[in-house]
Amino acid sequence: MEMMTSLHSRIADLNNEEVKRYSRHVIMPEVGIEGQRRLKASNVLLIGTGGLGSPLALYLAAAGIGRIGLVDYDVVDFSNLQRQVIHGVSTVGASKLDSAADRMLDLNPDIDVVKYNEPLTSENAERIFSEDWDIVIDGTDNFPTRYLVNDACVKLGIPNVYGSIFRFEGQLSVFYAESGPCYRCMFPEPPPPGLVPSCAEGGVLGILPGTIGTMQATEAIKLLLGIGEPMIGRMMLYDALEMSFQTIKVRKDPDCPVCGIDKADVVLIDYEQFCGMPAHDHSEFSSADESEELDIKTVTVHDVKSALENGDDVVVIDVRDPHEWDISVIDGTVKIPKPDIQLAKNGIQGGRRLWEETVLKEIPKDKTLYVHCRSGVRSADSIAYLSEVGYDLDKMFNVEGGILAWADEIDPEMPKY
Amino acid sequence: MASIRIPTPLRAYTGGASNIEVAGETVGEALVNLVEAHPDLRVHLFNDDELRSFVNIFIDDEDIRFMQGLDTEIAASDSLRIIPSIAGGGMIAWSLPGWK
Repeated sequence: MEMMTSLHSRIADLNNEEVKRYSRHVIMPEVGIEGQRRLKASNVLLIGTGGLGSPLALYLAAAGIGRIGLVDYDVVDFSNLQRQVIHGVSTVGASKLDSAADRMLDLNPDIDVVKYNEPLTSENAERIFSEDWDIVIDGTDNFPTRYLVNDACVKLGIPNVYGSIFRFEGQLSVFYAESGPCYRCMFPEPPPPGLVPSCAEGGVLGILPGTIGTMQATEAIKLLLGIGEPMIGRMMLYDALEMSFQTIKVRKDPDCPVCGIDKADVVLIDYEQFCGMPAHDHSEFSSADESEELDIKTVTVHDVKSALENGDDVVVIDVRDPHEWDISVIDGTVKIPKPDIQLAKNGIQGGRRLWEETVLKEIPKDKTLYVHCRSGVRSADSIAYLSEVGYDLDKMFNVEGGILAWADEIDPEMPKY
Repeated sequence: MASIRIPTPLRAYTGGASNIEVAGETVGEALVNLVEAHPDLRVHLFNDDELRSFVNIFIDDEDIRFMQGLDTEIAASDSLRIIPSIAGGGMIAWSLPGWK
């Protein structure tokens, strides 16, 4: 914990209308006219205009931060409105950047909003972060982007105001390697995907990003003004159900692979590979359609039926998505969606062996595998992925026609879709 | 007995319990007692007998990595916390068979 001087000493002029707008700030000696001028000359970059980004963008615009950058590439979805209060029904379907920028400029037309309509990646992060930002605020919702934001901030010497939320819990810190620890000192590596809660187990109280996002905005203002005690070297843990706040110490790891080395040597890596999970909802892996190259053996649904009835030493795997399992299933199958197998393959190839004891735990390497999906395409891809991570292609069989063939030939009662 | 606060993502493996009293002279003993009482937690905290690298255990506000790690002695009045690594509410959509 330490007192800070301001991150910069730039000053911008305020006109009379602005002095009036910011009068509740200006009359506080901790801000004053000088501090407000400094805020106007400040540049803050927000990663994400979602749950955390909404209050951040609104309050930082209202507070008179002169130049605010937004990085997002998503469009407003109706289901966002439970927590992303900068958007509205009138902007559903519109770009989040435009929706957020319009609202910010309506609130405060004296500021500049810089829009980056692209996902943050290892390729563009250095360019974007280098465009004169005093502070970066992490309002993302996934591990790969969090590690990317951290590493890029360390490399460029920019403080990273961190906030994260899950269900009813929130975390807040300032990771500023120039005078304290970074995100990796606390979380050297992400949990393996098998230990990350899935969508159904996730969720978030809509108000929670409001609580954490406004606290991030508070930390940003403190850093810019050089007042108070910033959350450098500390993390605040918030539990909305207990309504408890606890602060813990975060120490700099002298052996940290990122902030423990020369800044210039920090390399922005492939964070999806590092985390073994996609950074973005729209992320697609390049390895699709690999099955076309392979000679994959097939079996019929009759073979599947007799194997299951005779108790043959065969494992039948259903690689359809969970919502399809609700429509129809073949009894006795092991259910693992194709995207999980794909992620597991990527994870294992990235050196993360834990995938084998998690997602792939129920797919034995020494047994014959019959793999099915709806019609036979995804199951063939799944076999191709498995063959890349040590499964014997000669022991894997694609079920011709998938569960649709089963409905036609074995169980006419089964619904088709 | 010391208490261990279970973060939200791990409560699925403790029957929903958020604070669990555990016996043990050290952090390591307390955690072993915890996972013996809630076996589904084990894989989330331990890789064999090693604490997983992404698992942060604090006694009050101090990280055990900067004390004596799993050998850190604890008193009955101590509050242990498992600090989860959380990324956000918009988790990516894949299911986790065998992990429910």
